[in-house]
Amino acid sequence: MHIKYESQLREPLVYGEKTFHQVTEDILRPIESKPSRLWYVGFFISVCLLMFGVYSVYREVTYGIGQWNLNKTIGWGWDITNFVWWVGIGHAGTLISAILLLFRQGWRTGVNRAAEAMTIFAVMCAGQFPIFHMGRVWLAFFIMPYPNSRGPLWVNFNSPLLWDVFAISTYFTVSLLFWYSGLIPDLATVRDRAFTKLRKKLYGITAFGWTGSTKHWQRHESLSLVLAGLSTPLVLSVHTIVSFDFATSVIPGWHTTIFPPYFVAGAIFSGFAMVQTLMLVVRKVFGLQDYITVGHIEMMNKVIVLTGSIVGIAYLTELFMGWYSQNKYEGYTFWYSRAYLFSPYGWSYWGMMACNVLSPQIFWSKKMRRNLFVTFFMSIIVNIGMWFERFVIIVTSLYRDYLPSSWSVYYSPSIYEIGFYMGTFGLFFTCFFLFAKYFPVIAVAEIKYVLKRSGESYKTGMEKLEAQPLDNFIHDNAHH
Amino acid sequence: MAQKKFVVGCFDDENVLFPAVKQVRSAGYKIKDVYTPFPVHGLDHALGMRETSLHTAGFIYGITGTTTAVSAISWIFTKDWPLNIGGKPHFALPAWVPIIFELTVLFAAVGMVLTFCYLCQLAPGVKKHHFHKRATDDLFVMVIECSDKTNTSDLQALLKSNGAIETNVQEAEEGWWFGTYDNDELPATA
Repeated sequence: MHIKYESQLREPLVYGEKTFHQVTEDILRPIESKPSRLWYVGFFISVCLLMFGVYSVYREVTYGIGQWNLNKTIGWGWDITNFVWWVGIGHAGTLISAILLLFRQGWRTGVNRAAEAMTIFAVMCAGQFPIFHMGRVWLAFFIMPYPNSRGPLWVNFNSPLLWDVFAISTYFTVSLLFWYSGLIPDLATVRDRAFTKLRKKLYGITAFGWTGSTKHWQRHESLSLVLAGLSTPLVLSVHTIVSFDFATSVIPGWHTTIFPPYFVAGAIFSGFAMVQTLMLVVRKVFGLQDYITVGHIEMMNKVIVLTGSIVGIAYLTELFMGWYSQNKYEGYTFWYSRAYLFSPYGWSYWGMMACNVLSPQIFWSKKMRRNLFVTFFMSIIVNIGMWFERFVIIVTSLYRDYLPSSWSVYYSPSIYEIGFYMGTFGLFFTCFFLFAKYFPVIAVAEIKYVLKRSGESYKTGMEKLEAQPLDNFIHDNAHH
Repeated sequence: MAQKKFVVGCFDDENVLFPAVKQVRSAGYKIKDVYTPFPVHGLDHALGMRETSLHTAGFIYGITGTTTAVSAISWIFTKDWPLNIGGKPHFALPAWVPIIFELTVLFAAVGMVLTFCYLCQLAPGVKKHHFHKRATDDLFVMVIECSDKTNTSDLQALLKSNGAIETNVQEAEEGWWFGTYDNDELPATA
């Protein structure tokens, strides 16, 4: 049974007097008009960053991993920090589209398309780091399990690093399929409005010949629901497995059972922050304030304050366990290398605490949750904090381990390490700019689907319905 | 491919569409399909369509993934190349759970999407007859298949009286795809 009614107490998801056609017009406008000067500037900067990244990677591939400042003790530094950071960001998209679909959260429709695109681009960026960290990247195919001429020598299926290979590649594939299957109907809308031959041809190819047949929609709904059901445990598994890379080792600071939930919460936290950053820009630049409303922003800020607090509890639990275990290596890592402000990396720990735990608490205030400037500022802060978190976990655990003679000197990245990171920003934003120009940034069909229930102008019409006797109301508003 | 004749009626409100579907079907006409810009819940039932079994296919693909992972890894680690990893058992099922899970999801997702594309005749570059350009924008387009006896002007009048804002008669080619599932006959009357 499907009820065509939603309480007026709920905030409308679409503002203004909108018809179906108006929705199409509004959302497709950026695709059908020339991009603004701002778009060109942003795209140019992104491509420049990408080129610098390509050069940095070229240096690393040609001259070896010595181009980075890693050493025997700090074997994982910026590269793996960046890997985990990008994978974490890549969690919001599938969370929004899958988990919120299962929980019947209507507000996901405004942001899911762009968040899914963001996920795909973030995972693409993340994948670069472990691949190039291998050093001899031309042998990267050794991680694929297939009968080979090397023995046949197989990969180690008991290793978390191999689990990661499977997790990340599955996550990327499934996210891509989910995203694209949702895009097909919207690409068909673009195709049917095409005003040049080239557009008609290109969107014709990408729309796969979608017609909007009822039977196809029925299957499409079934597909979306099952993909959501599959993606929900998948999204939780991916960062769990990333945390296993650390948790299954015997390094103090990594060897903890709290890692999987703590990493997943952190991933959602940083992912939502990145969605906020992008959405605030997209809605402003493309004039989509009626579809990505302040209500949407507030919802995501609620998720941010929740997950930020979960992460905060995890930090405190770790500190407690560092003392309670009475293990001197754990105690040293947590209470000296991390929590002591004047230890070599103490600044990164307290940076993390300030950005991730303290500052998001501002979102307990509704006024702050609905303030766009505060939200934008906080979204950046959270992502800086989450980068610090991964840096803290990786570097402060490694730089002083069991044997003082192998303790490392202070580690700071080389220009090519930084360049590689900047390059992934270039890749991410280049992809996102192209996506925003050539694809509908909001799921058009899904907005139309919620429009008559949750659109502002339709909601005001529901006052009359609410005045009716209950039996009539049910009769009129529910059908099988 | 044979050309067929269709009567097309366009509606701009799904609340008008539902009674119209009922009227057209009870008048004994055969609705080929209704093309809509977004999924209209309940329309599949109103048209007398059966439920899709795509999710069952997904389950079968998932199980295939699980079996593939379990059998491949256990064969590799116990028969083909047993590795002594710190004296631990060769058959280390708990350590394989992550990969088994990932392959289950991967097989189910990829299989379902391919099946979906196959059933709905979707592929890059496929061209189909579009009865109305605005069916992907804001119109609900009902397409009724004509037989030799169908009086098209009567039918158009019926559609008009049921709230269609636009009606016309079109000739179109039937599908060209391999499968026949998509050509399931819909029952003529409700």
